[in-house]
Amino acid sequence: MVLSDRNQVIQQLKSSRSGIAHGMGRSYGDVCLNPDGVLWQTTSLDRFISFDEITGRLVCEAGMRLRDIQRLMIPRGWILPVTPGTQLVTVGGAIANDVHGKNHHVLGSFGDHIHRIRLVRTDGEIIECDPQVKPDWFAATVGGLGLTGVITEAEIQLRRVAGPWLDAETVPYNNLDEFFHLADTSEADWEHTVSWIDCISGGGRGIFMRGNPANTGLCPEPKNRKLTMPFVPPISLVNSLSLKPFNMAYFNLKKWQAGRSPAHYESFFYPLDNLMEWNRMYGPKGFFQYQSVVPREVGRDAVQAMLAEIARSGEGSFLAVLKTFGNRQAVGMMSFPQPGVTLALDFPNKGDRTLKLLERLDSIVRGAGGRIYLAKDARMPRDLFKAGYPRLAEFLQYRDPGISSAMSRRLIGY
Amino acid sequence: MSNNKKKIVIIGATSAIAEHCARLWVKDDVIDLTLVGRDSEKTERVAADLRVRSPQSAVCVLEADFIDPLAIQQLVDKIVAEAPVHTVLIAHGSLPDQAACQQDLTTCHEALTVNGISPVLFAEAFVSHMQKANQGTLAIIGSVAGDRGRKSNYVYGAAKGLVTRYAQGLQHRLANTGVKVVLIKPGPTDTPMTAHLKQQGGLANVEDVAQLIVKAINQGTPVTYAPAKWALIMMIIRHLPRFIFNKLDI
Repeated sequence: MVLSDRNQVIQQLKSSRSGIAHGMGRSYGDVCLNPDGVLWQTTSLDRFISFDEITGRLVCEAGMRLRDIQRLMIPRGWILPVTPGTQLVTVGGAIANDVHGKNHHVLGSFGDHIHRIRLVRTDGEIIECDPQVKPDWFAATVGGLGLTGVITEAEIQLRRVAGPWLDAETVPYNNLDEFFHLADTSEADWEHTVSWIDCISGGGRGIFMRGNPANTGLCPEPKNRKLTMPFVPPISLVNSLSLKPFNMAYFNLKKWQAGRSPAHYESFFYPLDNLMEWNRMYGPKGFFQYQSVVPREVGRDAVQAMLAEIARSGEGSFLAVLKTFGNRQAVGMMSFPQPGVTLALDFPNKGDRTLKLLERLDSIVRGAGGRIYLAKDARMPRDLFKAGYPRLAEFLQYRDPGISSAMSRRLIGY
Repeated sequence: MSNNKKKIVIIGATSAIAEHCARLWVKDDVIDLTLVGRDSEKTERVAADLRVRSPQSAVCVLEADFIDPLAIQQLVDKIVAEAPVHTVLIAHGSLPDQAACQQDLTTCHEALTVNGISPVLFAEAFVSHMQKANQGTLAIIGSVAGDRGRKSNYVYGAAKGLVTRYAQGLQHRLANTGVKVVLIKPGPTDTPMTAHLKQQGGLANVEDVAQLIVKAINQGTPVTYAPAKWALIMMIIRHLPRFIFNKLDI
């Protein structure tokens, strides 16, 4: 069902069977899926409502894509304070998954910059909530997986920016200790930090990337080169034969290019957005994403253990990302970010073999007192879900009984 | 209000295709934009969005009756009196349910009026002003459905066929003047109007269609299929011999 008129959403939801809001569908797991049920398509709710050039407050409909905000506002000197690794997601989805970016240690997650949310419930009730008014509803809806109602509009605080460029620096590291040292020493002076980690070599080598918004707005815009993965290959192109040479080449190439250089925000924040349909590389069976966060005290050992487990299994992950989160609590009851270190991995789906590996990773996360990112999950066991999200019972009081998703049925039972 | 901004008028501004054309126009240029719609509250929402996108552009909203010829004439006279029009896009329409049109003449009448007669009346009203000024571009959204009647949607197709033939005549009439008439025939496009067709797939992206429309208007192309592949598909459909065509379930 297409939602395109924000004033008619109430009628549409009241007359609909149980469903779930669905934006760009970029979540890796089943948070926005609803087999045999209804999907409320929000991408036509893509209008700006108002923008205050003095305060930087933007009001827009929930189907607005982050890309459209960035492309319109950056030339005018404003930018989204927090952005995930793709800009092809909607504002509603970014709130419902309380997404984070490379600057978590400075600016937190997406929900930290939301002034107001308009929520439409399936019984027709409209709830306007913000951090002060109905803060409980706000905390339930930020990171609330779309289960508290349909977000139809939001007010976002943008942030001043000089231009589209960042001062970026690439630093290779040879092991986890070096990574943590780099992460700690970068936190004070660098707004964005992230790293790619080679999880095949077993040693924990990787490439640390850090960046700050640049004060220059002068360089010419780069040409946008879009490539499309034209077809789904019969088997995954990401496999043990391709990964080892690829990771070795990537590491050494980046090592050789190490140093400072200006980077355009689109290539710095959204490296995969210009490779359309890149997920097809993994073949018809697709892949699993696995992102966990574990507390800092046990972070080094837990990450080391996970890397060892992956190396032993012979399964590879190309898009392996290691990053530290800042020492701050997220707004949402069900938000993912928490103080610690987060490791994001992807594995081509080889059925049982892959699931078994993920279970072994689960036990490391469980032992470390960590949690798994719901926006990327399609298979975590319920006990790990409950352990990782201790505010679940509180959150459930705010659920809309007319909303259900594949994820809610899998993890909550209805 | 006198200024040097290009004046663009959109009839049916809440149509998704028209709205995306407007977004492209305000992105490229600071313009003077008049949005005409049946429902001023809905049209006002489109205007608010465009004002955020282009604070320097002037965006105004007019509510209009789309059926009454006299009301159409008065509205157009009023729009043109304020400032000469550079571009007019006539984009309104609604996709009727073919079965409902066959069962109920009122529905059928409404479908023919909204999709066929109404756009022609708007065009006729604008074009006389444009011809006097000997400048301007008039763009009308037709449809591939107007190229050959098919059992699945021939009432809509007939109305769009009317628009096609009308545009042809207008192009003939204005051939040696400074006025350009642009007919666009979109294929099935992913908009709220076609939401019920989504399952069938193959719908064109509305942003791509809008891009083609804006380009056709800039270049004054007489007939444009959007996306372009529909030119070939419809050429085949038009030329299929009847004994084959009648066997097709389209």
